[in-house]
Amino acid sequence: MLVNIENLRIGFPTRTGGLSEAVKGVSLHLGQEKLGIVGESGSGKSLTARALLKLLPPQAQVTADAISFDGIDILAASERGMRQIRGKRAGFILQDPKYSLNPVKTIGSQVAESWRFHKGGSRHEAREAAIDLLDKVQIRNPREVSKSYPHEVSGGMGQRVMIAMMLAPDPELLIADEPTSALDATVQAEIMRLIDELVSERGMGLILISHDLPLVSHFCDRVAVMYAGHIVEELQASELAHAKHPYTRGLLNCMPSLIHPRDELPVLKRDPEWLKS
Amino acid sequence: MIDIDVENLRIAFSGREAVKAVSFHVPAGGSFGIVGESGSGKSTVLRALAGLNQHWEGRISFGGKPVGAKRDRAFFRQAQMVFQDPYGSLHPRQTVDRILSELPLVHGMGRIDDRIARALDDVALPQSVRFRFPHQLSGGQRQRVAIARALIAEPQVLLLDEPTSALDVSVQAEILNLLVALRREHNLTYIMVSHDLAVVAHMCAEVGVMQNGEMVEQVSTEKLRRGAVSHPHTRELRALSVELEEPEELPL
Repeated sequence: MLVNIENLRIGFPTRTGGLSEAVKGVSLHLGQEKLGIVGESGSGKSLTARALLKLLPPQAQVTADAISFDGIDILAASERGMRQIRGKRAGFILQDPKYSLNPVKTIGSQVAESWRFHKGGSRHEAREAAIDLLDKVQIRNPREVSKSYPHEVSGGMGQRVMIAMMLAPDPELLIADEPTSALDATVQAEIMRLIDELVSERGMGLILISHDLPLVSHFCDRVAVMYAGHIVEELQASELAHAKHPYTRGLLNCMPSLIHPRDELPVLKRDPEWLKS
Repeated sequence: MIDIDVENLRIAFSGREAVKAVSFHVPAGGSFGIVGESGSGKSTVLRALAGLNQHWEGRISFGGKPVGAKRDRAFFRQAQMVFQDPYGSLHPRQTVDRILSELPLVHGMGRIDDRIARALDDVALPQSVRFRFPHQLSGGQRQRVAIARALIAEPQVLLLDEPTSALDVSVQAEILNLLVALRREHNLTYIMVSHDLAVVAHMCAEVGVMQNGEMVEQVSTEKLRRGAVSHPHTRELRALSVELEEPEELPL
């Protein structure tokens, strides 16, 4: 079992001295497979993934029966121990490459830095490795691209660079938090295919976090649907059409469809019952 | 109700053509969608129509009357714009009441109180949000405020720039339903820009597809749904949309 999360709760202190719980008892298990976490903004999907790498803001109060990564107890791990996991064994791709790349360093030097940090070696080796990595993420003429700055490349290219940096230490798990929401539809398809290929080729585990239910079900084996801090339903991606929970059904239903036109979109009716469980 | 006619619209930024001879016509009370990827020039067209960019060539007419680079005050009541990001388009230090009263004040419209109350009614917001600040509202509520601000001018044309792409799908459904209903009730003419083909198809009767500054195809929604499209870019966008909707229908 690569990832094991049992009864994870994340709360934030409120001004009045209370605790506002954003994640309320989430349990997740992941082997070498592709798991999608879907939910609306504020459902706690990103917090859950960040808790796994201890990347939550300091005021967050985390409790869980267990959080482990490949047998390592994350709850007890030191910052030093976490550095052996973050980036090295579990890569993290964020939404917008514009904000996650350093704007004043060339792309090649950033990828090389990431490679050298994890693998050591000389500057020259790192530079060559960086070009090789850029090539692996299907960037044409990687030598040219490595000399350019983040603002000189497109969003899709930026995301490829992020993926290249993440691949440097050969991680076992990839967490992608909305990796394509800032990208165009055609680019989105390319990036998702690239992630899919790399994950399958290298036998990595994937946690794909997204608000886009069709996208997730297209690329993942299993889908967990989150609502207000709970996982309300977990199912095989192929079974999505037969989802049982009214929230999952509502989400699928309220999307406009190109093939099946409707005069009015059904609006999701939120049932207070969903908050219990 | 007024129609909109655009002929040979060209827009260049320091010599680089962002929009290359775009022409289209929207019938009075109709709705026209513009789709394309980032950088295709779709928002640039919309901004020129709204009078937010004065450097364009060609012909734009609203209700048969050509408009120039500079527009008069009446024009800005006639056409209103709704922007993509309700987090960015509302003043963070102004209450909803202040945001909504700005336009009637500028245009010297009377009975501002009544107008605000009615505008909030139109977008199905409770009167209690009137004295709240934008940060106290959800994303969907903010977008409703932005739509109310557009409606308060009693416009005939709404220019919608990705009005739902910053929202969750469940909220998107509510806003799209609202926009469809408003067009009927207020006899509005819509031009809507979006990257989401399904959203545009839901809202608009006719769709223009843009690529690299050119409108490569104009097609009725009905044909688009059937797949009776001619340009490869339209076909590509349609295929991507269909693939996500119903993975089993298309061979990969």
